[in-house]
Amino acid sequence: MSTATEQSKVDALVSRAQALYEDVSFESVRRWKGQSECRKAIGFLPIYAPREVIHAAGALPVGILGGGDQLEIVRGDSFFQSYICHLPRSVVEMAVSGRLDAMDGFLFPSICDVIRNLSGMFQMLLAGKYVHYLDLPQNFDSELGGEFYRTELHAIADAVGALTGTRVTDSRLRGSIALYNQNRRAIQELLQLRTEQPWLVPTTEYYLLLRAGYLLPVDQHTALIDEYLQAVPHAGRRPLDNIRVLIRGAFCEQPPLALLRTLERAGCYVVDDDFVLGSRFIPRQLDETGDPWTALVEGFTRHSVSTASKYDEANTKGEDLVSLVRAVRADGVLLMAPSFCDPALLDQPMLQSALDKAGIPFTSFKYSEDTGQFQVIREQAGTFADAIKLWGKA
Amino acid sequence: MTAQAIKDQSQERQKQMLSDYFDSLAHAKENGRKVVYTFVPGNLTELIANFDLLPVLPEINALQNGMRGRTGDFIHAAEKSGHSEDVCTYVKADIGMLKAGNMGPTGQPLPKPDMLLLSYTGCFTFLKWFELLRKEYADCPVVMLHVPYQGDGHVTPQMRKYVADQIRDKVIPALEKLSGRKFDPDKLKRDLKRSSVAEDDLVWVLESARHKPSPIDAYFGGVYYIGPIFTAFRGTQDAVDYYQLLRSEIEERIRLGLGPVTPEGNLGEEKYRIVTEGPPNWTSFREFWRMFYSEGAVVVASTYTKVGGLYDRGFRHDPANPIETLADYCMGCYTNLSLPERINLIESYMNEYQADGLLINSVKSCNSFSAGQLLILREIEKRTGKPGGFIESDLVDPRYFSAANIKNRLESYFQMIEARRGRA
Ligand code: SF4
Ligand code: SF4
Repeated sequence: MSTATEQSKVDALVSRAQALYEDVSFESVRRWKGQSECRKAIGFLPIYAPREVIHAAGALPVGILGGGDQLEIVRGDSFFQSYICHLPRSVVEMAVSGRLDAMDGFLFPSICDVIRNLSGMFQMLLAGKYVHYLDLPQNFDSELGGEFYRTELHAIADAVGALTGTRVTDSRLRGSIALYNQNRRAIQELLQLRTEQPWLVPTTEYYLLLRAGYLLPVDQHTALIDEYLQAVPHAGRRPLDNIRVLIRGAFCEQPPLALLRTLERAGCYVVDDDFVLGSRFIPRQLDETGDPWTALVEGFTRHSVSTASKYDEANTKGEDLVSLVRAVRADGVLLMAPSFCDPALLDQPMLQSALDKAGIPFTSFKYSEDTGQFQVIREQAGTFADAIKLWGKA
Repeated sequence: MTAQAIKDQSQERQKQMLSDYFDSLAHAKENGRKVVYTFVPGNLTELIANFDLLPVLPEINALQNGMRGRTGDFIHAAEKSGHSEDVCTYVKADIGMLKAGNMGPTGQPLPKPDMLLLSYTGCFTFLKWFELLRKEYADCPVVMLHVPYQGDGHVTPQMRKYVADQIRDKVIPALEKLSGRKFDPDKLKRDLKRSSVAEDDLVWVLESARHKPSPIDAYFGGVYYIGPIFTAFRGTQDAVDYYQLLRSEIEERIRLGLGPVTPEGNLGEEKYRIVTEGPPNWTSFREFWRMFYSEGAVVVASTYTKVGGLYDRGFRHDPANPIETLADYCMGCYTNLSLPERINLIESYMNEYQADGLLINSVKSCNSFSAGQLLILREIEKRTGKPGGFIESDLVDPRYFSAANIKNRLESYFQMIEARRGRA
């Protein structure tokens, strides 16, 4: 195995992921559906939707994360005031321009008022399609929020099953959980490698690999990551004198790829983040043998990660962040939030005060999915990295 | 008795109720009363009263402070301490007030919370707001009541059960523990009965705007009318009496053929009948109001006056099902309705109140209201054929009230209504 061969394998995998990333018209989903009359696709918005249920109903779950900097907004802006974040503009653009025609239905998880109201807008703009607001519980008691969530899961299974003609039986759902467990395993390995040897896994590659999982059938995505994990350690990549940063706040509207590249060029290895968070919302393996609905309910209520739109019942989010910073040996934290993103920006003061108390350096900035100017961010991240390199603090 | 004298009575009564309430807050600690902070939409006032606890409503403090011109400094202070300029200004006004010593709108001190009752209805910011306050108050206990959203346009039995179970299994035990008192179901039923009596009168008052001319302004006047029932007084005899008095005033105005009361006396000719969507601006409330009444514009129905309950569509607190009725109340507040249902409601207001148009005041703070309003506007125009108007401001951030701009827009809007009439 030569270094060059392995590098070219990596390049091929990454360019496949990049092509998917650039596919803002969901051609890959159309192709997948084209293979059989009865194939259906269900789009879901950030952050988390139980993809296992959609899969078990025989449909393809497709993550809709906005158009990034690749979509010209022609009509989307006319639906939103200037003080609303960018993601809903590009999502509406996709809807009214027919780019989302490949979807047979949509799930809008409960993460903020914008996504919530967007669900109602979709009910009107795409009348006749299945559009469901997925009310994820904020009460995590298995008898209360858990039971409520179970009814949500069944409602989704019934609705998607009615579209595909496939009933979600317990055994089908167990099978889907097993497939997604494989995917969770692969993603965790990718995360771990990136945390341990960030020079092997540049942020843009890592990001593209995660994004691919929002379009590909799950088994293909798992294979993609596995192949990457096999090839990349032998691709001859060398460490640079970068600092290690942890990123929070990017769980919904996604930063453009060029912004991630800018951070790396400014001297930051990203060793932990919340990009494409739905793909690893439940980091651990779910039970494949018992009641599959309970496995999904417990996965969400007991084992899902902490994020701004989820109620911090234990009141430990600050300390948890500090512990995580230490666990991944981050030198500092970048609090980067989409402009006008209520959950991320309202969360920030709490995270900042925990970091302050623990003496962990941080810096914060805002972005939007179509940010095109990176000069300021490059300088800010560069100064942050330099200060940490020189003095160990920002 | 003249209409003016009756009006004075009802206003005075409300003023007195509020002043007694803020007094009781100022002396809560010395009187051994415990304090529960909670939000207006989905508030469980009767239940809090069941344990002799005092409710504090942070939105009310923020808006009252806004009307008194205090919020600009509070918001500035909060932003200086790390709060983003992009987020809801109610939160920042509240945090700023706290940092400035927690003197409430009447200049009296506000007591610290003994509990934050997070009735999570119709807005995600509430969750973050109380997470933030919890930190400010040394990890004060929070009780979460997750109220599901009417995403599919209705309340399902599962949703009702989820909320009712949380009230029974989480909220009531927490209130019992805090107060050291047992839950008294009979008292709850008695209070809920009183709530429904007051709600009947409130609805009568709101619906009086169907008359021509309307005897009330359902937005600028409406925010006063909803005051007692949306806040600490629901379920009390005070509220029952207040609404009876208010109703008798309005009956008298109708008898005399009078239009709404404005800060400058009775409105003259009613020229435009408007439905509004969105909260008002509080920092320039009087000025904003004047822009309407000086043009002869009367708001005949508003969605904002439904944020604390959609009583005019039939909901009443039902003493026969005390816990389920509280659950239904929480889920039925306006901002908990799906966007299509909000549009249906506005359309029915346009027709029932024979309105000339819909005016949206889009406030920067509030995505719960604002996201989707442009679609609402277009859809209502399409369905009713009546012109829509759109202005932008904020709740309590004076930086976002551009008087000249808003006045211009309103004047053109009223002219547009006139022009359409000419064509009709
Ligand atoms: S970016 Fe933030 S505010 Fe915008 S839709 Fe996403 S979570 Fe909501
Ligand atoms: S976002 Fe709107 S509903 Fe929520 S707290 Fe602010 S003003 Fe109230």
